[in-house]
This record gives sequence, structure tokens and C-alpha cells, in this order.
Amino acid sequence: MLNSDKSMHTLSVYVSNKPGALARIAQVFSRRGFNIESLVVSPAVDGHFSRMTISCSGDPSGLDQIIKQLSKLIDVLRCIDHTYDESVMKEMGLIKIAVDSEGRSEALQIAEHYGCKTVDLTPESMILQVVGNPSKIDALEEMIAKFKIIELVRTGKVVMTRGEEIT
Amino acid sequence: MANKTMEGGQALIRCLENEGVEYIFGYSGGAAIPIFDALITTETKIKFVLVRHEQGAAHMADGYARATGKPAVVLVTSGPGATNTLTGIMTAHMDSVPMIVLSGQSVSWMLGKDAFQEADIFGITMPVVKHSYLVKASNEIPRIVREAFHISTTGRPGPVLIDIPKDLSAGPCTADLHAEMDLPGYDLNQSVDNDTILEIAEALAKSKRPLILAGHGAMISGADPILLALAEKARIPVTTTLLGKGVFPESHELSLGMLGMHGTAYANKAVCECDLLLNVGSRFDDRILGQPDKFCKDATIVHIDIDAAEIGKMVAPQITCVADAKTALDELIKHVPVLETTSWLKKLDGYKVKYPLKFKRQGSLKMQHIIDEFYKLTDGKACVATDVGQHQMWAAQFYKNDSRYNWLSSGGAGTMGVGLPYCIGAAFGRPNDIHVCFVGDGGFQMTFFELATAALHKLPIKIVVLNNHYLGMVRQWQELFYDDRKSGVDLEGNPDFVKLAESFGIKGFNLRRPGDVKRVLQTALDYNDGPCLINCEVEKTDNVFPMIPAGAVIEDMLIEPPSVKLEKPTGST
Repeated sequence: MLNSDKSMHTLSVYVSNKPGALARIAQVFSRRGFNIESLVVSPAVDGHFSRMTISCSGDPSGLDQIIKQLSKLIDVLRCIDHTYDESVMKEMGLIKIAVDSEGRSEALQIAEHYGCKTVDLTPESMILQVVGNPSKIDALEEMIAKFKIIELVRTGKVVMTRGEEIT
Repeated sequence: MANKTMEGGQALIRCLENEGVEYIFGYSGGAAIPIFDALITTETKIKFVLVRHEQGAAHMADGYARATGKPAVVLVTSGPGATNTLTGIMTAHMDSVPMIVLSGQSVSWMLGKDAFQEADIFGITMPVVKHSYLVKASNEIPRIVREAFHISTTGRPGPVLIDIPKDLSAGPCTADLHAEMDLPGYDLNQSVDNDTILEIAEALAKSKRPLILAGHGAMISGADPILLALAEKARIPVTTTLLGKGVFPESHELSLGMLGMHGTAYANKAVCECDLLLNVGSRFDDRILGQPDKFCKDATIVHIDIDAAEIGKMVAPQITCVADAKTALDELIKHVPVLETTSWLKKLDGYKVKYPLKFKRQGSLKMQHIIDEFYKLTDGKACVATDVGQHQMWAAQFYKNDSRYNWLSSGGAGTMGVGLPYCIGAAFGRPNDIHVCFVGDGGFQMTFFELATAALHKLPIKIVVLNNHYLGMVRQWQELFYDDRKSGVDLEGNPDFVKLAESFGIKGFNLRRPGDVKRVLQTALDYNDGPCLINCEVEKTDNVFPMIPAGAVIEDMLIEPPSVKLEKPTGST
């Protein structure tokens, strides 16, 4: 998916799994006025390393400097900008809506259209689980907003390059 | 070689020995007691210098490293002991100086529980270190020390902090003292791209008015001999940054001295008129750029820097080369022809004649006069430490440096108070050289308590207090840009510096009249019973010129005091 919003960026960062690594990385963003929109950290295949996917917003001209500063950190092995490449980007969202028996079938129709799973159901509410690219979750959020959204949790996107190239 | 009986602190000292550490500057405290005990129990040859304040220790280690090229170690306790080193760490970080800071920490099971003298120094220092460690097990110590020295001294050097909980410096360490490093993310690619070198050589060959800008990076890499060879072979003039002073001999005919805000007029004019600027190991600091988008806008800019993050940060060079300065110049010189620069050099020589650095030897006593006389009396051979402010700029202008490691000055951070501890650190590292510190009355009072350290070790340092009873640089700005409204700059209440020195057992001299400069300085230089201090009562309201107001274009340089009221500068400080 091509990200059309030029002020939003998606970086993948491959780091040594050491104390303080996340704090050092976060500082590079905050010092240069970038805002981290989402951040996903998980162990890599080799448990000595972690994989981070960072979505951030800020002045595009500053991004090059951010990538260089991140790459310079001792704990960082590599940092790749995926903003303009064709990588696979996925995110999961949980949406809890207030819906009773009257609106339930319409809510389920919308949910089905977006390939959601209903992971919790009570007489007054339901939780929908959606997986897809971030714009799909945005679209679902818009459609489902006709019901009262009690809360919404998104994981933040994870990214992986296609083919044999490494992320 | 595994060892079964050592404590963590003892293993630490052994590891420091393995790294060739000569001096530890520090201050004891509860959380560091096991490490201090290990200084005794290991019977180490490393010399420990007890300072009077932890900031002094950090600046001394910094000064030692700047004067020798080798890292020194700072050893302090937890909490306030550690936070007192913060300014020193930041200062070293800004100027890429290697330094290892060891801080004691509360016992590991109390971390984060507001234990007595607990501070999260690992977190607090994170933005101002090259890297840092919080030790989690005694057996990690050998590996961490090895990594810390490697990181601190290679690539673009910088300070590394190791925070050591007390139970771990006291606990048993059975690890191999020559542990393997584990730094998969620390890439030191030192190779030089040959095509880039050829491209630079080609650009130089085409240029009619080339100029080399040499910075601290060139000095750190030991590029001074090859830089001299290159400049002489190709007939290219050289200007240096404040921290580059000495990487190219300033008395050389091709030298233009320092450029920038208070650099020489001819260096700044050369920057304006060159058609190619070859920057070797300078980060295009805002003190030399004026307005970044107008800097050298008609010239080809070539940037050689070991730190990829410096490339394109401030200006957009046409040719870039991520490489060690010496390695790059070693290659470049093979491909650079003799350039036809006679008319360019002649023009610059004309500027040297037309716009020389000057001052009046008559009338009131001038800082420039004292610095210039000291330069002559020491034949330019002294290791010079400065503090920060007007005297620093005049020292940069009038104490010419012909070799590296003889100019110790806080550039990036502009930290007041470094002068005396820098000089002390340098004197420990190079006991057989002449050491002088030029300090203002402001900065000197920030760290003068280290006079005790200098006196105790009978260090042969000459402390020249250039005393104008003002924070002169800020007063200068207020005079030029704020209708001379003096705010927060009058240092009334200064002590009698000669009596102060004498109270530490240090010889003191007063210098008040221009006619006495040579005699008093010579007497001070001849004094050989430890440190001495010369209190110089200088003109109170002299101003440093040339001056490029912050954020102005270099063409707007003020060579003489302005006759009209100036706009407030747009640049930072």
C-alpha cells in the first residue's frame, strides 16, 4: 500500500534486545519534534533481537536525519523507511460498540463486510475484531460509528517487505 | 582466564588496567565504596585523583583526553555524585571526546524505589552519551568495560557511562576479564569509496579558488600530516574550526586561521569567495555557517565526515564522503594534481594585510595583549586551555597553534568553568609540557575549587585570569544589540584572586599595566614550584571583532566596531 500522507512515515527498526534501547529510540523522535503515532515491539526470530515498527508524523525533511540518528545508535542494527515501498502493512483493531437486539443485525452486516470476527457479545454491546491494512480499519471505524463506539484499541501497524528482501 | 575470587569492583579495576588507563578522576561516595576499595586491594598502578567536585572530575578527564588523545576515567558515586558529572558528559559529547564515566548505584534490589542517593543516571544521561550501561550482573563487568572503551574511542568518539549497583561491584565476578564484545549494531565501516575520492579530486582539479575547512574530526583521526601534505602539494589554503585549531599549523603561509563568528576576516572572506569548499571532519556548526541556506551558495561543497548523520544535516553538499578523515585524505592526495591557485592565494594574502587581527598595546590593559605576549614567550608551544567567552575567542585569534592536542576549549557546548579543570587534566597527561589556562573571572569562579587539586599535585600550570569584572560576551551582545542595557552581567563581588590562590598555597601575581605584561608573564613562566595564578585587571568593556552576528550572512561580518545601531540577531545565541 502506498502511503499518500507525506507527513506520516513507517519505519522498521531491527535492534539488540537490550535495556534502554526503546528509550534511546524514542528520544531520537522527540528531540526532533516527531510524534510517534504507533509503535509495535516484538521479539525477532533470534531472541537476542527485537523488531520495531514505528509510525510517526513530522516534517518529511527531518526524516532522513531521524533514520541516520537511529542507525547510529549502538543498539540499532538497521532502520528502513517503508513509507513509499510496497511492503505488507497490517494492523489489528478491537472495536467495542453499544448495540442492542434492534441494531445487532445491521452491525453484524457491516462487520461481515470488513471480515470482522465478533469476539464478545452481550445484550447491550459487542466487540469486533478486524485485521487489515490501516485504511481498512479507518473505513470500518467510519461505518460503525453510526453505533456508539464505547472504545477502540488498535495495535499499530506491523510491516514486512515482500519477496526475499529483509525488513 | 577465569578468576574465582575477585569482586566485581576488583574485576573492574583489572579491566581498566587492560585498557591502558593511566588516571581516574573522581570523588568517593557510599554506592561506590566497593570500587574505591578495589583501588587499594588490587594494588593497581592506575593513579586516582581526588577532585573537589564531580564536575571537576568530568572536565579533567575531558581535558586529559583532548590533550593526549587517550580516554580517562571518571569515578563517582550515585545520585548527586553522578548528576554532578552531567555538564561534563554533555560537554565531552558535544565535542566528540572519549570518556568513560563509572557511577556507583544503589543496590540492584532497591532500583526505582527512591533509595538514598538513588538517581536514574542511566536515563538522565541518555541524550548526552554515545552509549551507556546499567550493569545487571557482576559477570557482565568485563564485557561492558571492553565494549565501553571500544565504543568511546572508535568512529566518532564520545562519552560512555557505566552505572554499577553496589551489590554488583561487591559481588563475585568469575567472568573472563578478556570477555568478547557483543556489539552487532556498532558498524565501523572504515573503507573509502574510491569513486567518491576520484570525484573530489576531479572537482578540486577544476576549481580555481579551493578552500579546505578542517575540523575536530581531522584532528581526532590524526590527519594533520596528510592534511599538511595535501595543502602544500595542491597549494590550497586552509581554515580550521575552533576545535580544529592546530590540525594545520596556524603559522603556515597557507593557514587562514579560524573561521566563523569571531574568526579571522580573511578566513571568512575566503569562505565567501571560494568556488570549492572541502570540509574535512567539521560538522558545519552554526557558529561557522551564519545563514545555512546562504553559506557557500555559489561554491561546490565537499563534506568528508565519519558520522553519516552529519552529512546533509546543516547544508546540502554536492559531494559527500562518509569516511575517516585520515583514510580519505590518504587516498585523495594520490589523485589531486598541483592546482594553479597563485592568484587566489595572492588575493587572500591581500586580505591578510588589509584586515589583520589587531589590538592596541597602549592605553588600558587588553586581554589580546596578554594572550599575544604569552604566545611569544612560549614560542607557541604551550598546551592552551580556555574557558568560554570573550577571552576564549581572543585566545583562539592570538594564540596560534601549530600542532594538534594543544588547544583545549569547549566548542559545541560552550561550557563555562572548563578552563581550569581542562588544564589540570592536560597537565596530568603531559607533565613535561607548558600548560596555561586562559580563564575569565566568570568561568573561573565556577570551578576554582579545583585549585586545591592543582596545588596538591604541584601541577606546573599557569592560570591566567583575564578579569574584566563582567560576563563580557553577553555584555558585548547587550552593548551591540540591546542598546547597552546591561542585565545580569556585572560580576561585582569578585574575590581577590591573588589572595584566593595564596589561600590554596598557590603563588599569585597581579598584572594591571600594559608595560608590565612581558615581565609578569615571564616571572610566572619561570616559576617552577607548582601552579601559579596571574590576575589580570583588563579593560572592562572591550569587544571581540571580527564578528558575524548569529544568523547573519557571512558577508555581513563586522570587522570593526559598528557605527550604527544593529538589529537583534536572528540566529541562536
